Parts: sequence; structure tokens; C-alpha cells
Amino acid sequence: MKSADTFAVTRAEHRAALVGYLPAGFPTLADSIKAIDIMIDHGADLIEVGIPYSDPVMDGPAIQRAADRALAGGFRTRQLFEVAEAVAGRVPILSMTYWNLVERYGVEAFARDFAAAGGAGLITPDLIPDEAEDWLAASEAHDLDRVFLVAPSSTDDRIAATAAASRGFVYAQSVMGVTGARTATSAAAPALVERTRAHTDLPIGVGLGVRDGDQAAEVAAYGDAVIVGSAIVGCYLSTDDVPTGHQRLADLTTDLAAGVRR
Amino acid sequence: MPNPDLKGHWGEFGGRFVPEALIAALEELDAAHHKAIEDPGFQAELDRLFRDYGNLPSPLYKAERLSAEAGVDIWLKREDLDHTGAHKIRNVLGQALLTKRMGKPRVIAETGAGQHGVATATAAAYLGLECTVYMGEEDMRRQALNVARMRLLGSEVVPVTTGSRTLKDAMNEALREWVATVDHTHYLIGSVGGPHPFPKVVRDYCRGIGDEARAQMLERTGKLPDVVAACVGGGSNAMGTFTAFLDDEVKLYGFEAGGEGYDTGRHAATITAGEVGVLHGARTYVLQDEDGQTIESHSISAGLDYPGVGPEHAHLAAAGRAVYEPVTDAEAMAALEKLARTEGIICAIESAHAVAGALRLAPDLEPGAAVLVNLSGRGDKDMGTVVDYFGFDRGTE
Ligand SMILES: Cc1ncc(COP(=O)(O)O)c(C=O)c1O
Repeated sequence: MKSADTFAVTRAEHRAALVGYLPAGFPTLADSIKAIDIMIDHGADLIEVGIPYSDPVMDGPAIQRAADRALAGGFRTRQLFEVAEAVAGRVPILSMTYWNLVERYGVEAFARDFAAAGGAGLITPDLIPDEAEDWLAASEAHDLDRVFLVAPSSTDDRIAATAAASRGFVYAQSVMGVTGARTATSAAAPALVERTRAHTDLPIGVGLGVRDGDQAAEVAAYGDAVIVGSAIVGCYLSTDDVPTGHQRLADLTTDLAAGVRR
Repeated sequence: MPNPDLKGHWGEFGGRFVPEALIAALEELDAAHHKAIEDPGFQAELDRLFRDYGNLPSPLYKAERLSAEAGVDIWLKREDLDHTGAHKIRNVLGQALLTKRMGKPRVIAETGAGQHGVATATAAAYLGLECTVYMGEEDMRRQALNVARMRLLGSEVVPVTTGSRTLKDAMNEALREWVATVDHTHYLIGSVGGPHPFPKVVRDYCRGIGDEARAQMLERTGKLPDVVAACVGGGSNAMGTFTAFLDDEVKLYGFEAGGEGYDTGRHAATITAGEVGVLHGARTYVLQDEDGQTIESHSISAGLDYPGVGPEHAHLAAAGRAVYEPVTDAEAMAALEKLARTEGIICAIESAHAVAGALRLAPDLEPGAAVLVNLSGRGDKDMGTVVDYFGFDRGTE
């Protein structure tokens, strides 16, 4: 299942897609699989599985802590494929990953193994198309989505080139800053989405900062997908009891899913 | 001048592996730096700052007694006499002046032991810039004096409590902040690492070390040195020294921190032991595990304790133009003591790695060969480590 399949449905329903992010291996490997199932059960349209990394420079405190916990728990890159295999089938499963982990595994081998596990593609926050020659080739060979990011600081030329290199959707980083739930969504986001639309027909996902259904509804008014990460991770950071975390995640996802349908 | 390609690659190394959000600022920096170094007005202003404020050019000094013992001529480039006590003043004055030229009122920096933080705070104070320095919580405790210096100079010091709480995490945190403040803040990076154009920018401001030393050697000896040696952490002093000699028939040696010994795994010998990867925005050699997670480095010298290295060094190593070898903590401390006792110079532990490396090379060189060693900094900051290492009593008995 590819991102395009989901966006065909959500566009027909005249609504934005809900994208949920969780690092694999957090809070544990088994519970990350469970958590993804919970998100899908409660209305997530697409899943981003993060690969925990020692130096996550795009991430704020919540996702850093989650990654640290997964790594302390012994997470290995290849376990991403187990997670993908366990949850694939119902909605597209993309992986969001820092580039060194893919390069280390081997770009071609990673694409092959992730595709074989049912993965739909990669979101690459620290890989720009200018540096992505190997990934462009591997994603073609294995028919994977490649989601690059645009930002408020991107020039129109860069937005055009980035969108042209993307497949599946384009990720609009709506605030100049790292990941983290914010009390107000970004004022820069609608303008960025509009600028990006001028250069592409691909759906545009908007990420960074959404924490509840109200904010999801706000973002859904102009974006094709609402991407939620830190708030989801927060369900498990705010309690040591994993079942409580699962319950919080079910409630949050229900709220967010209602938000994108408002 | 040996420059990377337009995307900042030296061979397979370098480039830009950063969020798209930072690309505009990196482009702006590249353009501003390029214009600045071609502008005679900027150069004249920087030269004046270097001379009147930085105490540059630094002297070239023939270490007679050390040479007699080693059987080769050892020439020390005395960067330990620069203002703030290390070559780092060159980089910070260059970038701080460039920051003003770009119209940004504020700089941020990462620091390990605090040397680059103090240098940045110094340049910021002198040029009237706001300054915030990110420093690992653990390092702040160990380097309380440098924290005090930065605060006295008017900088804010922010403790970093994430990851391993060391230099690499301070760098992560500086990058995170920069994404949010990039419109009015320059990231004054401390070495020749990071995304393009930082490795080139920092090298260009540090290259005076080698340019001066090359002219000084010619003037004093009528010839170029046979060997040039420098220590390598991120690689700014080594790149600053090597650049002038890249097209000469001169052997270039970079000495990395071998820590407790290469076999123990507790070291910071990135080129010797690392593998190609991406860290902090550039493709280079990285100390990493099988999955590509960064491995923590170890060195008695905080300034060399970093699991990456500047991409131009990675390229020089891969191309065989420079040779990189590890020097252990013990070798470095022995060289530090030897230099103190033969020459009356107490150098930084970082720089002692270069001295130790040169002494190790000496027996294999022609008698009377000329070895230029960059003495990147002075040892005042390291006296606590020295006291502990040699077990000196603190004079209380
Ligand atoms: C005196 C001295 N030399 C060398 C270094 C290492 O940095 P680089 O490899 O960038 O020259 C440091 C860093 O703190 C230093 O203080």
C-alpha cells in the first residue's frame, strides 16, 4: 500500500489524512507494534515509523527521550522490518529516519528489505534531494515513496525541486524549529502550503506541533495530511504504565481523527 | 586554493545532510563568506583584528633542546601565544566579523571543554554580539573556570542534558536551536566539521597558521619543512596548518586521540578507526556501531574528544595526501612533560599529541630533517588534568 492509495480515499472524502508517528522499539518493540495497531484502529490513515538514532538533531525533547529509551532497550535497525511486517496491510507504513542509519545498512539493501516487509517509503528529514542520488535510484527500483521536506525558509526554486524529487507526498515542516507539541500551530504553515501547491499536485502533509483534535482541524483546513508525533510519543512518556499509555494513545487518536473529519 | 565542489564535496566527503530548513542560511553563509574573503576591506579589517587583538602572526620557534634530543629540527608554530591561548581565536574572529557583515546580532556555539566557547564569547564581547554557548552538563561541572570566563565575558551558557551530555550533544543542541533562530543568529561552529560551507569557512579563517609558518620557514631556513604535524580533533588547527602545504612536497601528519589505546576501543581516533558515515551534517569518518549509531569517544584531551572529523581531512586521508595516526593519552602526557622540561613551554594536551607524534616520527627521518609542529594551544586550562595524571600534590602537605 502506497501513500497515493490513502490520499485517493481521503481526497474523495474531502478531508485530510491523519498521520501518526512513533519510533520503533518505543516503549518496547512489542508495544510499538501494539501502539501502531491502536493508531490504525482509532483512525490513523498513514503511519510513520521512526528509527531511533543517537543524534536526532531535528527532534525536540519528547522524541529524543523516546529514541534514547528504544536504544537503551537494545533497538536494532533491522527490527524496523519486523515492525513494518507486523503492521503493514491496512494503511501505508512509511519510515522516518535519519540518513546515516540507512547509509550504514546500505541504501539499496534497506530499500529492498523495507519494501519486502511491506513498507511504503521513507521520509528523510536530513536528506535533501541534492544528496539523494542513491536513494532516488533505490526508491525507483523498489517502488517506494520518497518524502522530502520543505520549510518556511525554502526558496521557491528549492520547493519546486524538492517537490519534483518527491513521490507520495511532500512534507511541509510548518515551523522553524524541532519537533515538539506546541500550544499554537504555526502561522507560517498556510503560506508554506500555498507556496508548495504552486509547484506540485502531490498531497502536502503538515507536521510539527499538532497535539489535539482542535489543532488537527485547523491544519486540516489547508493541509492534505496532519502529521502528529510528539503528542503521540507523549502518551507513553507521561506514564510508566504501558497499558495506561495505550489508553491515552487510543483517546488521542480518536480526538485527532475526529479533528481531520470536522 | 583547494576547494570543494559547488555542493561542498571533497571526493565522497562533505556535503549537506541537514534539514531543508537550514539550507537557506547555509546558502547565505556561503555567499557572504565568498564575498568577504574576496573583499580587500574585509581582509584588511580581519588582519587588523588578528594583529592588534589576536597577537598574530604567531612566532615560529626552533625548539633547540628538543631537537637535539630528537635528532631532527623541530620547529614550533606558537599558536599557544594567541589571544585566549589557542588557534581558535582565528576562527572566531573571522566568523564573528562575518556575522556582523551578514547583519546578524547574535551567535551561538557548541563547546566541549569550553575552549571554543571562551573564544566565541571573547569575539562576541569584542564585536558587540549576543552570544549563547551550549555545553554538556557534565563538562560544565568539570570546566567550571571556563564557564565562569564565558559568563564574565557576557555570554549565556546553556547546559545540555540530552544524550551523552558531551560535545556531540552540545553540537546537536546548537543545531536544534539554530533551526529556530536562523533568521537573526549565526551558528559559529568550532571546527572544520558540519554542513557545507562550514568546513571551508573555518579552514579559510584558520589557514593563516600554515600560510604564516610556510613563509617563516622559508625566511628562517631557506626551505620548506620535510614534515608538518598537527593534532586532529574536528581538525581546524590541522587544516589551518596543512592548507598552505597541500601543493608542496611536504609530508602531512595528523595525530588523533588514541585515548587509552586503539585496542581498548576507548579513543577518539576517528580516521584510523571510524567508517564512512554522516554526522552533524557532513559525510565523513565517524566512530559508529554496526547500525550507524554514534559511539562515544574517549580522550584525556577534551578538545580531541569527538567521534567525527572534518570532511576535508577524511578526503586527504582517503586520497593519501595526509597520514593520520593515533597518539595515546600516555604518549601525549609524556610529550607534554618533555616539552615543559626541555623548552619551558607548557602546551595544551591537544597540542601535546602533535608533539608526541613528531617525536615518534623522528627516528625514521633523515638526521636534521625539518619538522614543523603546530603548537595549537597553551596548557593553562589543563593543569587540573596534569595534577591528577602525574599525581602532583597540590602543595597542601
Ligand atoms: C588547543 C587546542 N588544540 C586543538 C583542538 C582541537 O580542535 P581542532 O581539531 O579543530 O583543531 C582544541 C579544541 O578544543 C584545542 O583547544
